[in-house]
Amino acid sequence: MSKMTMSQKILAAHAGLSEVKAGQLIEADLDLVLGNDITSPVAIKEMEKFNTEGVFNKDRIALVPDHFVPNKDIKSAENCKCVREFARRNEITNYFEVGQMGIEHALLPEKGLTVAGDLIIGADSQTCTYGALGAFSTGIGSTDMAAGMATGKAWFKVPSAIKFNLTGKLNKFVSGKDVILHIIGMIGVDGALYKSMEFVGDGVSSLTMDDRFTIANMAIEAGGKNGIFPVDEKAIEYMKEHAPNREYKIFEADEDAEYDEEYTIDLSKLTPTVAFPHLPENTHTFDEIDEIKIDQVVIGSCTNGRIDDMRCAAEILKGRKVADSVRCIIIPATQSIYMQAMEEGLLKTFIEAGAVVSTPTCGPCLGGYMGILASGERCVSTTNRNFVGRMGATDSEIYLASPAVAAASAITGKLSQPSEL
Amino acid sequence: MKEAKGSVFKFGDNVDTDVIIPARYLNTTDPKELAAHCMEDIDKTFIQNVKEGDIIVANKNFGCGSSREHAPIAIKAAGVSCVIAETFARIFYRNSINIGLPIVECEEAAKEIQNGDKVSVNFDTGIITDETTGKTYQGQAFPEFMQKIIDREGLVNYINAKQ
Repeated sequence: MSKMTMSQKILAAHAGLSEVKAGQLIEADLDLVLGNDITSPVAIKEMEKFNTEGVFNKDRIALVPDHFVPNKDIKSAENCKCVREFARRNEITNYFEVGQMGIEHALLPEKGLTVAGDLIIGADSQTCTYGALGAFSTGIGSTDMAAGMATGKAWFKVPSAIKFNLTGKLNKFVSGKDVILHIIGMIGVDGALYKSMEFVGDGVSSLTMDDRFTIANMAIEAGGKNGIFPVDEKAIEYMKEHAPNREYKIFEADEDAEYDEEYTIDLSKLTPTVAFPHLPENTHTFDEIDEIKIDQVVIGSCTNGRIDDMRCAAEILKGRKVADSVRCIIIPATQSIYMQAMEEGLLKTFIEAGAVVSTPTCGPCLGGYMGILASGERCVSTTNRNFVGRMGATDSEIYLASPAVAAASAITGKLSQPSEL
Repeated sequence: MKEAKGSVFKFGDNVDTDVIIPARYLNTTDPKELAAHCMEDIDKTFIQNVKEGDIIVANKNFGCGSSREHAPIAIKAAGVSCVIAETFARIFYRNSINIGLPIVECEEAAKEIQNGDKVSVNFDTGIITDETTGKTYQGQAFPEFMQKIIDREGLVNYINAKQ
């Protein structure tokens, strides 16, 4: 009898094996290979060195220029041109031009390109997001992306896993972001190094799909190879809506699957959580936070630019004003989220509150553009990393938080939770 | 390359890909241009001082963060012949092997070797020698499969040779 985790079962199935064990090296067939405007140009150059011609399957590659798009400068424009021309030359089905594109990890599930049971690699570290739907997805670099595009295969070291047993239900204005920041604070930025993070338990059912995307998205911030959720009614409903033409496959961990560690987290006990500079593990809750004045707020990114996030920010900003001392930048992650936010009147709320609303882009999250920090400035951001210089000057500071905390902070001009309003 | 030999640049825990190569320079894919900004946000003088063959030694979780292959590319193009660390973040580890940047995991060496020490690494045996202190360390050997990729100086050549 096998004793496999959910992640191991997906890997085994894609390697044509009945069983795999942690530490085993396997070669597996890929369902999707992803790249963006930063990583794809390097991969495209590598592609030219392969003996093989063209790509393994034009329908199973997704190219999403989203980082420095709409083009922030000439060099970025050249990179996008390189990706665009490659996509045309190889007739890539899932190339998303400005106007259709969104932030990749919000866009691909929305477009039905990621479903339960898939094995997905992406040349972007946050590719682990699709574990929310019960897929095995993981970030790789450009050379792996090139090899994936050429051969449809990748090599993996089968990971062991940590089990997170979630119980209870989140309180108002506490969300998936607080769950994952709490976990990273608990186990550290290398706490899940090379490992799967498997989220299970009766608490999962109360989490929205957007909460789950956020949690899986930041598995990499704990060093994890992937984060993954069991497939329940909510996940199935999501896939029926977004991927009606794709067959999904549900994998479940064996009852006696082995885990390196197990944690139980009572969701009802969590409170708004903030990661202080300069590591996502430097987490604090508001009972231990002194006054921290801020200069900027960013609400968006592949971590927190989805409709739940927009609604939460709007609920807090409605009828209130962004502090004079704060620039508040809100970035719906895809065109469809942007449209929905418009139809629900959320954009009006944002603009009336004094925030700016941007077209989808990763821009500020990685210090590209659309909100670079000057020397000494502080930003409360719903993004995923707060490393030195990540958003601008090396002595600027990033406080990672949920959309609720970010919106509340925009109003007060200092790091705040919604209950302070 | 069978051996690396050079002076050590020592770093601490969790050296992330944003300090190895800040995203503001990711609008280029040119290794030389990337190398010119290597480690800029953690050590502004690194690129002026690093010489061909020098070695980076760091503690836990080296290369954490982004999947940008630009990070190991920048390090390699800066002339660094090997990175030794207690542990590596997994994407950085993969990327380094795939582009042929030698990396070695060795907790004891990473902890004890000091900035400026002269160090040599034998890739066949995995033995790290701190020539300044005279002490030797056994680095962790690569699984055979990865060693084959390294021997071919990267994933592309490995796959081409297989076909």
